[in-house]
Amino acid sequence: MTEAPERYVGGGVPRKEDPALVTGEAKWTDNIKLPDMVYVAFLRSPLAHAKITHLDVSAALEQPGVVAAFTGEDLAGEWGPEGGEAERGPGYALLPEEERPEVPETEVIEESPAGEESAQAETFSFCVWPVTEGGLPVTEDMKTPTHWPVARGEVNFMGEAVAVVVATDRYKAQDALEFIEVDYEPLDVVVDMESALEENSPLVHEDIGTNVCYSLGLENGDVDDAFNRADVTVKERYIQPRLIPNAIEPRAVVANRDPEHGEYVLYSATQVPHIAKFVLSLSVGIPEQQLRVVAPDVGGGFGSKLNVYAEEAIALALTRRLGVPVKWNEDRSENYQATIHGRGQIQDIELAATNEGKILGMRVKLLADMGGYLQLLTPGIPVLGAFMYPGVYTFDAYSCEITGVFTNLTPTDAYRGAGRPEATYAIERIMDALARELNMDPTEVRRKNFYEPFDEPTDTPAGIQYDSMNMQAALDRVLELGDYEGLREEQRRRRENNEPVQLGIGFSTYTEICGIAPSQVNAQLGLGGGGWEYANVRFLPSGKVEVGTGTSPHGQGHETSWSQIAADALGITPDDIEVLHGDTAVVPLGRDTYGSRSLAVGGIAVHLACEKVIDKAKKIAAHMLEAAEDDIEFEGGQFSVVGSPDQNVTIQDVSQAAYLAGDLPEDMEPGLNENFTYDPPNFTFPFGAHVCVVEVDTETGKIELRAYYGVDDCGPVINPVIVDGQLHGGLAQGIAQALYEEAIYDEDGTLATASMVDYMIPGAPELPNYTLERTVTPSPSNPLGVKGVGEAGTIGSPPAVINAVVDALEPFGVKHIDMPASPMKVWKAIQNAQGRQAEAKEYDASLQDRAADVRQEGGDE
Amino acid sequence: MRRIQVRVNGDTYEHEVEPRLLLVHYLREVLNLTGTMVGCNTSNCGACTVLMDGESVKSCTVFAVQADGREITTVQGLAENGKWHPMQSAFHEMHALQCGYCTPGMIMASISLLKEKPNPSEEEIREGLEGNFCRCTGYENIIKAVQLAAQHMDHPTATS
Repeated sequence: MTEAPERYVGGGVPRKEDPALVTGEAKWTDNIKLPDMVYVAFLRSPLAHAKITHLDVSAALEQPGVVAAFTGEDLAGEWGPEGGEAERGPGYALLPEEERPEVPETEVIEESPAGEESAQAETFSFCVWPVTEGGLPVTEDMKTPTHWPVARGEVNFMGEAVAVVVATDRYKAQDALEFIEVDYEPLDVVVDMESALEENSPLVHEDIGTNVCYSLGLENGDVDDAFNRADVTVKERYIQPRLIPNAIEPRAVVANRDPEHGEYVLYSATQVPHIAKFVLSLSVGIPEQQLRVVAPDVGGGFGSKLNVYAEEAIALALTRRLGVPVKWNEDRSENYQATIHGRGQIQDIELAATNEGKILGMRVKLLADMGGYLQLLTPGIPVLGAFMYPGVYTFDAYSCEITGVFTNLTPTDAYRGAGRPEATYAIERIMDALARELNMDPTEVRRKNFYEPFDEPTDTPAGIQYDSMNMQAALDRVLELGDYEGLREEQRRRRENNEPVQLGIGFSTYTEICGIAPSQVNAQLGLGGGGWEYANVRFLPSGKVEVGTGTSPHGQGHETSWSQIAADALGITPDDIEVLHGDTAVVPLGRDTYGSRSLAVGGIAVHLACEKVIDKAKKIAAHMLEAAEDDIEFEGGQFSVVGSPDQNVTIQDVSQAAYLAGDLPEDMEPGLNENFTYDPPNFTFPFGAHVCVVEVDTETGKIELRAYYGVDDCGPVINPVIVDGQLHGGLAQGIAQALYEEAIYDEDGTLATASMVDYMIPGAPELPNYTLERTVTPSPSNPLGVKGVGEAGTIGSPPAVINAVVDALEPFGVKHIDMPASPMKVWKAIQNAQGRQAEAKEYDASLQDRAADVRQEGGDE
Repeated sequence: MRRIQVRVNGDTYEHEVEPRLLLVHYLREVLNLTGTMVGCNTSNCGACTVLMDGESVKSCTVFAVQADGREITTVQGLAENGKWHPMQSAFHEMHALQCGYCTPGMIMASISLLKEKPNPSEEEIREGLEGNFCRCTGYENIIKAVQLAAQHMDHPTATS
């Protein structure tokens, strides 16, 4: 008998992805060079809202190396399911200048030569809600502005593409932009959401007639009654600044048409090749079966590459038009303006509670900044958050009203956490406010409202069902880890001594919604696509295995983790497995990677496909061993007859027999090659307890992150090294939101933080080390019990950090600091609070008050 | 156009280049050494870090003509006879990379750091790498990797 191989799930298997990445051999989109490839550059609007009154690209066409140049009108016939049908003469290819055809005039495109009806689309959007036939808007009142890939007539945010130049190299394309003539007539700009809702506000989209994109209400239980019965109520307003995701790899696109088969190939630095294939086929009019989308190695996404962008559609349209491969590289300033932003919400939240600290009800009113247009999931992000405001607390009455608001700013969409960090921040901040109101310890008020530990689906105030939870264990452990009593003791000492540097201890006890998504829920939300995931597991004739996954990793290490899952299920080693992904020709089905879904949906699909392989292999093994199938057991890569372990065959023996196919059970298909498309029955809900310890210099406002403790529970762990890495990175981004990052616009809608020089991405000196542990509470929703971990850190950490800062300043009467908590804001908060104390004024939580603070900060003080 | 001669990863190249051509584009587009990446164009992110005559520089803010007569080392020139540089091994061992886009620059900057300070403290490593952004790892494992590499480079006989 051979020894059963080790199990790989749960082990810190070194990553398969690393060798190419540490040696510089990775395959980034920007590495792709094809014969005759031309380069695209965009002229982008410097104004947030304007009419284009004059646009002439002809001088750009005269510049060296320029192959073509187009306005939005020139390309108007390219968009929509019928796009590209209009006749427009021969493609240009790379011809010498004198042979180069004229760029078609706008008028020519609009009237097709035969005088037939124009194929030009009348509306256009990348948003998944209206893009699909049968798709429903998020709400019935939802408005979807037309969003041409290249602007036509009007621009609605700074950075919107206005014209396109194509040249033989990227420098020449960039040079030629200077020669485009463009005049704008500035329009009134909508920057602030509350002003946008005022009756006399200018409109982002005149034709829509309102700045309200949609409004959505959710109510469970009798909220008014809860507030009437309450001993105490607390009401807070929190601002979620806009954030710029900043994947270190900018976006990049290469589009090409296979000259032999006519198939279009789009290489794109995307998180979502499968979704992109479908949406782009409808957006550009390339039949889906003739479009292949490849996500090569992708350098981070954080939601910013969970989208389908104008530049992808334009690259396809241009390669169709010009007959040569087309490439576009985003530069960082474009990334800041034309790649989606995250967050951008104003949250009004109220809690009703008893004197004992038991929550009776919660009211939330959200304003959510959509930006100038709707990108893929823009209106859905706050809706995802709406389910999560009740957090880890059980109570009866909850209502949430969301108003999506158009502004003349870059469109928002999913940024790591996508709706859940906002919700978690609000509930975790107001729990501290409630604790202050009741003069209770913040851990005590939390405990009073935790769910009793459960491991079966349990109803929440938001009308969904959490899968499993044990908050008490996570909180107990994190308090031990951080020596909570010791910290409070030190805090008391510093307060008594009036030390200039005060200690703050901040909590966040969070849960999040992962494993996106049960397809039924997607359908209820009108989303034009299911939430399932696909896997293919196939033994090759040599006994090695290929695993195709519909997930599309960009740093998460799926090649390693999926190998571990398959290795255990098949009884082989990870080295004998190749995980394939990110190419719609290699893995035809998939729903890609976002929303901490990959493991809880895609990893499960891999596991279940492996089980199907084993089920079939067992039949073949029984045939080979001349035993009944019921008498065959599978262990450690070996099938044997129960009770006669010497009678055995390995899975490789079976796979070879399956491929030789000369002696298989009757009617059995040859091969060991199984697919599984897994549709999760529920979401998964990881949870955890975080403690942030800060030292705040009350004389300068400087915040020092002294320690960060986390006990996170994402269910059973496939690879602890990868899970810790996900947490580190997630915590870093959450801390960055709390302390450093904010996209700042001026009143004209000009992005002031438009480069890495001005937008504060934390480097190594700005971030702490983390002390992390885990509890393991399996999800009942899937056979591995796994939950997902990609966003946990980003969701859990911002309130822990801000609660810690506010806690440090409690002796000064400070009850609130806005994110990002810059030294200036901290210092001002101390001054203001002391001034208020002196005048015995109530703390005023109004936005106007704090907006004035922000303005002063940039101004004269 | 100007003629330049540059030694890159041990090989000598001669090319006519535009004076404005950035070193990173010379490496990527002319020499096809695509291991060095562009992240920001403003010298902030450090993804393009290479060594010029042994010193780390951000190749997105160095012109190719400035490299004339100099010696450039990129991440693709680190391994010797297929054996990784200790810094490459340490990054792998400590899970100091996720998407890996910043990694070549981070590895080059870390090598330069250890050349200046063979046994840096954690704080010195954090300060020394402040010009290189990583959006995935939160830096903790990068710091550990540099510490591990420092041990290995200090005691070259040690293996792991």
